[in-house]
Amino acid sequence: MQEKFDIIVIGAGPSGNAAAYTAAKAGLKVLQIERGESPGSKNVQGAILYSDALEKIIPDFREDAPLERHLIEQRVWMLDDESYVGSTYRSQAFNTPPYNRYTIIRAQFDRWFSKQVQDAGALVICETTVTGLQMDGARVVGINTDRTGGSVYADAVILADGVNSLLAKKAGFHAELQPRDVALAVKEIHFLPETTIESRFNIGPDEGVAIEMAGKITQGMVGTGFLYTNKESLTLGVGCLLSDLRTQRITPHALIEKMKEHPAIRPLIEGGEMKEYSAHLIPEGGYNAIPTIHGEGWLMVGDAGMFVNSVHREGSNLAMTTGRLAAETVIELRAERKPFTAANLARYRHKLDQSFVMKDLKKYRDMPAVLEKNPQFFTQYPQLINRAAHTMLLVDGADKKSKERDIRKNFVRKRSRFGLIGDAFKLWRAFE
Amino acid sequence: MNKVEEKLFQNRYRVDAGRPHIQIADTEVCQVQCASKPCVVCCPASCYTKEGDGRVTLITDGCLECGTCRVVCSDYRNVLWEYPRGGYGILFKFG
Repeated sequence: MQEKFDIIVIGAGPSGNAAAYTAAKAGLKVLQIERGESPGSKNVQGAILYSDALEKIIPDFREDAPLERHLIEQRVWMLDDESYVGSTYRSQAFNTPPYNRYTIIRAQFDRWFSKQVQDAGALVICETTVTGLQMDGARVVGINTDRTGGSVYADAVILADGVNSLLAKKAGFHAELQPRDVALAVKEIHFLPETTIESRFNIGPDEGVAIEMAGKITQGMVGTGFLYTNKESLTLGVGCLLSDLRTQRITPHALIEKMKEHPAIRPLIEGGEMKEYSAHLIPEGGYNAIPTIHGEGWLMVGDAGMFVNSVHREGSNLAMTTGRLAAETVIELRAERKPFTAANLARYRHKLDQSFVMKDLKKYRDMPAVLEKNPQFFTQYPQLINRAAHTMLLVDGADKKSKERDIRKNFVRKRSRFGLIGDAFKLWRAFE
Repeated sequence: MNKVEEKLFQNRYRVDAGRPHIQIADTEVCQVQCASKPCVVCCPASCYTKEGDGRVTLITDGCLECGTCRVVCSDYRNVLWEYPRGGYGILFKFG
């Protein structure tokens, strides 16, 4: 492999595939390297696919992409030990094509996406781990792989190598990840008959439900849980900041076991056959944790660049958008016959700043710090709200005014008047 | 399904026998200096075990390649973490 390519893309997840597809479609000579046996075999996600980001790359993806169910209902649960207070949004608007979001199974979806990349003309090599970047001074000129004689050269290298991005660390572009900037999520997939899923969740064929959860399931740590409906399986998982897991000394598999025991969750997964257990780090540091994302001859996309909106549980759409914009930057510069210097590639950063990616991350830039410093949002509040609901709904002869007074007292006892006002202010500022 | 071993049993792996992709750099650091041993608690596949004499042993066969052990060892940076050779390691059927 002594050929030279226009672009080398490292990794075949959503960001790498978006970049490789966009570049190949524009006629560039693209090499994409994937360490898995096939694209998707190393990749883990909830998983929800947001149509918009993929439509901008492959407008007619719905014709043959392996999609599980389109989401018509989204639930948010705030859990206590044996209860939850929740909100549900279900709408026929979400049940009318073109659908806005789907559940997917990543191993299948990524293989499909990779097939589109190959059909667009890119060379995709699997079962190959990139071991380092080839440098010429400060400039990236190619990659080294674990295949014999495995150095390959390109005018630009796109790092789509995921949250760990060892390559950026080895090259000295990035420092090591901080435990407070990543969440560890563990996930299981449980298989059930299609009709069972549809009756349990009150949905028709191809219709789906997503449940996002916070509160007791993370046992006081900053984190959330989820449960999604696929066609004939359910995925459920729970993720917490690594810094919290370390301090609280709770093992991740104990966390998911406990989650499955919750009286509101257990009947939903009852009788399912568990067929895979996975784990994944999610970059949740937000805007303030975004590292350097471009330099001499290189660009960084997806999880490697911390492109996750943890507040809205969005990541794959940011990945695909950053991948597309990185490729478009390279395509434009080439058409203008400009070299891939850091100064010229800054156009990628500019494109990101103009897009929802940076605008959303910027909006929630203070959220990670607020949540980290205020665990009450994951502990005391879910508990207080659940107890308030219980008090108001329990008919026990006590008058409603007394009940309200009890609830108010409970809140003040736990958080104090100033605490409550302060918490409201902190949340308002973080969401503003 | 309470034990992590039973969970991992559902997964598909191609183990690179004799070539673990993660290694402990200096076992004495784990045994003597590191009191909290966060790798033992945080690894979702329980690849790390604390032995009776305080040593930490590592068996990477069930590794899910998440990176947790490397990131969580921020006080000592004692985990040498690489991806497995191409094609080896965990092979997610569903992801």
